[in-house]
Amino acid sequence: MTELFAFLITGITIGFVYALVGMGFTVIYNSSGIINFAQGEFVMAGGMISVFLIASGSPTILAYILAIIVTAALGVILWKLTDFSKDSSQVSLIILTLGYAIFLRGLAEVVFDKELHTLKPLLGNGSIELFGTVVSYQMLLIIVVSILIVIALWIFFNKTWLGKAMVAASQNVDSAKLMGINISKILMLNYTIAATIAAIAGILLTPITSTNYEVGMMLGLKGFAAAIVGGLSNPFGAVVGGLLLGVMETLVAGYISSEYKDAVAFIIMLLILFFRPGGIFSTTKAERV
Amino acid sequence: MKKTLLKVATASMLIFGGIANAADTIKIGAIVAATGPASFLGDPELKTLKHYVEKINNSGGINGQKLELVAYDTGANPKKAVTFTKRLLHKDKVLAIIGPSTTGETMAIIPLVEKAKVPLLSMAGGVPIIEPVKKHVFKIVATDRMACKKIMDDMKAKNLTKIAMISGSGGFGKSMRKQCLDVAKEKGIEILADETYGKKDTDMTAQLLKIKNTKGVQAILNPGFGQGPAIVTKNYHQLKMTQPLYESHGVASKKYIEIAGDAAEGVRLVSPPVVVATKLDDNNPVKKVCLDYKNEFEKTFKTPVSSFGGHAYDALYALVDAIKRGAKTPEQIRDNLENLKNFVGVDGVVNMSKDNHLGLDTKSGMVNLVIKNGDWEIAK
Repeated sequence: MTELFAFLITGITIGFVYALVGMGFTVIYNSSGIINFAQGEFVMAGGMISVFLIASGSPTILAYILAIIVTAALGVILWKLTDFSKDSSQVSLIILTLGYAIFLRGLAEVVFDKELHTLKPLLGNGSIELFGTVVSYQMLLIIVVSILIVIALWIFFNKTWLGKAMVAASQNVDSAKLMGINISKILMLNYTIAATIAAIAGILLTPITSTNYEVGMMLGLKGFAAAIVGGLSNPFGAVVGGLLLGVMETLVAGYISSEYKDAVAFIIMLLILFFRPGGIFSTTKAERV
Repeated sequence: MKKTLLKVATASMLIFGGIANAADTIKIGAIVAATGPASFLGDPELKTLKHYVEKINNSGGINGQKLELVAYDTGANPKKAVTFTKRLLHKDKVLAIIGPSTTGETMAIIPLVEKAKVPLLSMAGGVPIIEPVKKHVFKIVATDRMACKKIMDDMKAKNLTKIAMISGSGGFGKSMRKQCLDVAKEKGIEILADETYGKKDTDMTAQLLKIKNTKGVQAILNPGFGQGPAIVTKNYHQLKMTQPLYESHGVASKKYIEIAGDAAEGVRLVSPPVVVATKLDDNNPVKKVCLDYKNEFEKTFKTPVSSFGGHAYDALYALVDAIKRGAKTPEQIRDNLENLKNFVGVDGVVNMSKDNHLGLDTKSGMVNLVIKNGDWEIAK
């Protein structure tokens, strides 16, 4: 029985990792209706830029701040690219993000290198024991930060003028324009937020998973799966999706076989897309195609 | 008459000059995983090959002929390895191929080199590469089977006879796991748990928990390479597991210690001798070659020596040896490789034969190490 609890705890901690990556997908999907397949690369950028700044002598905190700023700038560049193509179909825009992802991956390979890198955990190497398993301080930090980000996003989108304007803009573009809301600026802000969240995720994850130029692919895919399961419509859904994914993966690895761990993410995604395409929280809602 | 003579003279000079030029370089191919998940194998391998080919050419080449290296980067993708091998064989028409860096890629291209009858010097670890022996395939890299034997001999010496395994599912991890299961039977070691993880997995706590909850496990063996073992080590350390952790030579690079951090302290492993060149016994026949390679590599590339680069060094110099002894065609090179005797490489002393295309033995070819204070120490 304690084995079950141990697996659950481990699954939950991994789940928050996926949730943190998945949140960025929901922000961009909400505002522009497209999936940003470069989200994983933003996570990679946060980690890799930090590693290389620290390696060139920068103080740690400064490196993190600069990494976040640079990644946010990468997000703005992506926004500008989608802005240029704003008359294209949504599918074309999604492919644009895919192309941007490949570009960032190649850029990282050239500007940095192809090796694995890691960062020091922010709170040291300690861990707490829970139900026969351990949760490191870094994992706890990830959980706390994920929850804080979800709360911050909720407050922003529901309680601030700017946030509410963004929600309005995504629901009815024409009315929003009539109300004097600058749609372009709104989208730019959304991309910046998504990239910033991703950069923070990258910085927090690197001490645990290590990073390299292609880490964005797998993380992006798992984060995307988490977001899909949670319904893509709000960051809280990404958290639930991530937790579900993390727990299922760990239980499968623990009770069936570790060979099938990777398959779990894709099987869950397929199940959701077949039976509840709006995510587990959806009622019968019209699908944005 | 004079004009015709001039034309004939010019023409023949061009023709013979052309032929002489074509025969001037010895073309060898290389397939390396210089980027991607196996880059810390392929990157030092490619650096080593390029540097030493240049060095050989600067001192006159082999028997007056310069070496020409045609190298391709596969990113550890077996499909790319197949494509590039075809290119080397049919377009570049190389006399021999060094590489690939990984077992998975090597197994994929073996049929191609066998069909084309061009010798291959693999830089990968899996034992299926040379067992059963294929006519044109050689390797001077300790096999995973050798690693299992060396590790399990150490385990027996320390009375650790009931162990758990946690293996990566890439080509090397899979192959070494299979070899260890076989060798364990030979040595009377019981495997109480047998877990696996994916190449890109970021957390192995679930599998380690299963091992932790298995009664009677006295030691843990982790076949694999890349980021997998580093994460296994970190998770193992976090779970405060106390049984000794044994790693394979897949982690014999400073990168592993860098990523695993403090968790690497006390981890045991086996490794090719070059990694601890400075700590080898003075009467170890490979000490000089290892020290020379280590010093040159570190001076040129300003990065710690890697055993993987060492595989490239041995492959290149074995090839050079074969060519120096008069081989000009792929078939002749193959023959000379097969009768390579007492070749002192950084991976050990090599003696090839018709039935043995590996030529290494566990005595000169591997050392038991333990990690102390972030550095390698020869284990007692």
